[in-house]
Amino acid sequence: MAEEPDFDVIVIGAGVAGTVAAYQLASKGHSVVLIERGEAPGSKNLSGGILYTHSIKTVFPDFLETAPYERKIDKNRIVFTNPGSWVGVDYQDARLAQLGSAVSVLRAKLDAWLAEQAEGAGAMVMPGVRVDSLIKEGEQITGVVAGEDELRARVVIAADGVNSFIARDAGLRTKPRHEQQAVGVKAVIKLDPAVIEDRFNVDSEHGVAYALVGDCSLGVGGGGFLYTNKDTLSVGLVLRLDDLEKKKLRTVDIFDHYLEYPLVDSLVKGGELVEYGCHLVNEGGEAMMGQLVFPGLVIVGDAAGLTLNTGLTVRGMDLAIGSAIAASSAVSAALEKGDTSAAGLSGYTANLASSFVGQDMHTYNKAPAFLESAVGMYGDYGQLLADVLHGAFSLDGTPRQHMSKVARQALKKSPVKLMQLAKDGLKGLKAL
Amino acid sequence: MKLAPVAQRLGGNRFILDEEEPHIVVNQELAKSTGTAERIIAACPAQVYSLGADGNVAVEYAACLECGTCFELADPGALSWHYPRGGFGVQFREG
Repeated sequence: MAEEPDFDVIVIGAGVAGTVAAYQLASKGHSVVLIERGEAPGSKNLSGGILYTHSIKTVFPDFLETAPYERKIDKNRIVFTNPGSWVGVDYQDARLAQLGSAVSVLRAKLDAWLAEQAEGAGAMVMPGVRVDSLIKEGEQITGVVAGEDELRARVVIAADGVNSFIARDAGLRTKPRHEQQAVGVKAVIKLDPAVIEDRFNVDSEHGVAYALVGDCSLGVGGGGFLYTNKDTLSVGLVLRLDDLEKKKLRTVDIFDHYLEYPLVDSLVKGGELVEYGCHLVNEGGEAMMGQLVFPGLVIVGDAAGLTLNTGLTVRGMDLAIGSAIAASSAVSAALEKGDTSAAGLSGYTANLASSFVGQDMHTYNKAPAFLESAVGMYGDYGQLLADVLHGAFSLDGTPRQHMSKVARQALKKSPVKLMQLAKDGLKGLKAL
Repeated sequence: MKLAPVAQRLGGNRFILDEEEPHIVVNQELAKSTGTAERIIAACPAQVYSLGADGNVAVEYAACLECGTCFELADPGALSWHYPRGGFGVQFREG
């Protein structure tokens, strides 16, 4: 190397992946700088956001006692929305409450805390600095350029988020296809905690996660979410870019429709908007991951395409943390061996593949194609469900019919063909 | 809930405006000829883009929420979009 590096490791981006990687490596005694373009860690970061805590708890075993999360989520409601009707599943389980497996979070608060932990472990946190590009000497990446400054390190960790500019601009990653990305729009709505607890039937520590699909997004592939925080609600919509473009709808119009949708309206009413934000979401699954190890560089988190939409759960943060754990142990081993070439860092690829991250990305590798092709999910299936239930509940004095006949009639009226329904059902069971 | 128009909606957000260096530049010719203009005007959740009276795409870069949706939807060369300089742009307090 031409110059002695300033640090063992440069981490670009103080999101959950970057802060955890910085924490782990600093804890092992490596010199680490964590560079963040926002004025403070967390200030550029936005999630839905449900954090499944299994991976962060391996890093911070007392996470649930010490970290600034919002509520433990032990109620999940999945709702098919139609114009004028909705059909939902309401799943509540004392086992989930006990496990504390899912919590709602607000990233500006969570990531600031994570960055403090990294700093406490000895990492240098450098906010307000945008990394512009990588420094390359031969094949080896040896540092970063930020404005007029250059910083050098033995390893660079790109944790720069979903747009993955660091790797893309260096020609190491390609631009995703439109069907592999979605735009998430979110309003944080302030509501008195007593109103939240009353309205959602929860105590002060627990909360609810809604997933909505169908008319709430005007049929655009994707769906809505609504999560309870301590004294706010996170209310958002995720729209697949290819479908948004195809249907020639305006994002803002769909979002406004979503917030005015009767069910959503009834849950947010009386609230006050405190923040309006948006963020891209990876939807491509395993196919988006690509190569994540280069000479002197590893890519983690959203920048590595690590997001999973399984229909029921939408995951990003737990995978990002998992990737940071896999990367930091490989980087640490490479630093100790003095080999930070691609071969020296290849432990990351192996660690990731054998971890829950690689395994779950692989398990759900058919989910993106299914969610793209099963268009009935975004409209017709919800209406069909409502029509069947209508047949059962709409007692008006006319003679009743058995469910089998009600269902057949509803299907006949619906644009959905039985064959399609059966195919999607089978494909869905395999893909999700 | 009926939300206020987007410009007012953004009033609750914290922004630090970089007056010296806009981070978005539209190539007007290419944006129009490739359909990029319509796509980014429709897709931007912050309504950064609008059709100006002169037929060009007007850019209110100060309102950008930095998601990157426009950049994903733009044809090559039609839009120069990168993150604002360090410390500038939207600063989420909730996230």
